[in-house]
Amino acid sequence: MADLTRADVAHLAGLARIDLSDAELDRMVGELGVILESVATVQQAPTAGVEPMSHPMPLVNVTRPDEVRPSLSPEDALSGAPEADQQRFSVPRILDED
Amino acid sequence: MTTDLTRASAAALANLMATGETSSVEVVRALLDRTAAVDGKIHGYLHVDAEGAIATAREVDRRRAAGEELHVMAGVPIAVKDVMATKGLPTTCGSRILEGWVPPYDATLVRRLRAAGMPILGKTNMDEFAMGSSTEHSAYGPTHNPWDLDRIPGGSGGGSAAVVGSFQAPLAIGTDTGGSIRQPAAVTGTVGTKPTYGGVSRYGLVALASSLDQAGPVSRTILDAALLHAVIGGHDPMDSTSIDAPVPPVVEAATKGDVAGMRIGIVKELTGEGFQPGVQRRFDEAVEHLVAAGAEVVEVSAPSFTYALATYYLILPSEASSNLAKFDAMRYGLRVWPEGVDDASAEQVMAASRDAGFGPEVKRRIILGTYALSSGYYDAYYGSAQKVRRLIADDFAAAFEKADVLVSPTAPTTAFRLGDKLDDPLAMYLNDIATIPANLAGVPAMSLPSGLADEDGLPTGFQVIAPALRDDRLYAVGAALERRLHAAWGASLLSKAPDLTTLAKEG
Repeated sequence: MADLTRADVAHLAGLARIDLSDAELDRMVGELGVILESVATVQQAPTAGVEPMSHPMPLVNVTRPDEVRPSLSPEDALSGAPEADQQRFSVPRILDED
Repeated sequence: MTTDLTRASAAALANLMATGETSSVEVVRALLDRTAAVDGKIHGYLHVDAEGAIATAREVDRRRAAGEELHVMAGVPIAVKDVMATKGLPTTCGSRILEGWVPPYDATLVRRLRAAGMPILGKTNMDEFAMGSSTEHSAYGPTHNPWDLDRIPGGSGGGSAAVVGSFQAPLAIGTDTGGSIRQPAAVTGTVGTKPTYGGVSRYGLVALASSLDQAGPVSRTILDAALLHAVIGGHDPMDSTSIDAPVPPVVEAATKGDVAGMRIGIVKELTGEGFQPGVQRRFDEAVEHLVAAGAEVVEVSAPSFTYALATYYLILPSEASSNLAKFDAMRYGLRVWPEGVDDASAEQVMAASRDAGFGPEVKRRIILGTYALSSGYYDAYYGSAQKVRRLIADDFAAAFEKADVLVSPTAPTTAFRLGDKLDDPLAMYLNDIATIPANLAGVPAMSLPSGLADEDGLPTGFQVIAPALRDDRLYAVGAALERRLHAAWGASLLSKAPDLTTLAKEG
């Protein structure tokens, strides 16, 4: 049953890469509890033996010939980058210093 | 010139231009003037592209003068919801995280609008990443309902509905994941269609929930919606979920408006209790009009619909939490360095940027989705929801054995006051109770005005739902009802809306 603790929400926020403030966490714990309790009603539906549905239309994989098509130029692709360098996205460090 | 160009329908404008009675430049100028006069109060637009719209209009007028064969909608201006990528025009999705982003490409449907020669007037306000039913979750401030500036215009596409309802544009693009085209249409007295899933390309539509999202037309008349539907619909190789079939004959259906012998199914679970009396009364009258036009009424039951809201609020956050992972502060969008951290890592920058860039509703849903998808809870939440989704689709299939279309009120209430439900997410979610089932099953649905509620004098909406790929039936029913209601009212519903230029001066 839906009993989310503050620590749970902090953990989820970490997984979702959102640096929530203490005030936001406090608020979110209560709100999510109420929402979860409500959505948990799906568990009461008669779903035994029912095939899960992930998509509204029956889909098969769509492929195309492996041919080069026009696409974004490097300038266009980098046009929204917070930082770019030598025709590449420039990002903060991704490794810890040892 | 006796015609008020701002109030003319898209079809009428297309005719006036074809016969040389007006030009696209004149139409665009009239609409931009209207925006200058009223949008300070409405706040329907996040960005107005006067220069671009005039340039497109001028080009269409030049080509027409040169005797070129033009698209029937050439020169008819349109507003586009800010969730569609528009090359050279800002696209924010109502979020701080995309503030100032200018896409380097056009969404397929935007490309089709441009190819048809339709000037794009601007980008319309919306709940952040289309999460909301009131447009109050826009990071740039709410849009106001043209019928009462203290009330919500619906959401997430409140901006598109409000600019069309306040005569700033004859047409707009909306997107509908759980009702974001139809519920705003209902509360503003406008028309909106959610086509069959896959009927309109999602390429360039910033995804909220990929298995539910669908773009569609917003307008003031049924025929206008059909004309726009025909422009934007059809197969697109850039969207692998796009249906490879011709667009249903929507314009023909809207022109004929023939419901003789059609079986209209009233969904037991989507009427009565929980619906405002005035909303229900206008719905009942609309059904009587359809019967008078030759339709037959049957009652259908869809027991699984009672779980639709819960199912939706598991599937949507799950898909959204995954879709919104791309806003990582690395390739585009906001980048915020965390305070008090020396040499922050990419992960810390990501978390700080997402905290600063996302609003409360987006954070709520991302975290809810992260939870529903996490191991240990997946089967209980997301897994169960997927099974109930199947039950809902099965209920639709059974209902469409008995009825050609299903009908219900679009929204349970008329427009509520700004701020009324902002602090109660569950109360906000209930606005979409009648619209959500169609998204879960992927079937097409439309909302059109059914009148004004007696208790508050605000617009009410009538929803029509059709089987997949039978979008034309929506337009047949919509046109038949619109014709009879206009005859009964002596005018369109929107002609009864308050005069905003007076309101704007007083306010």
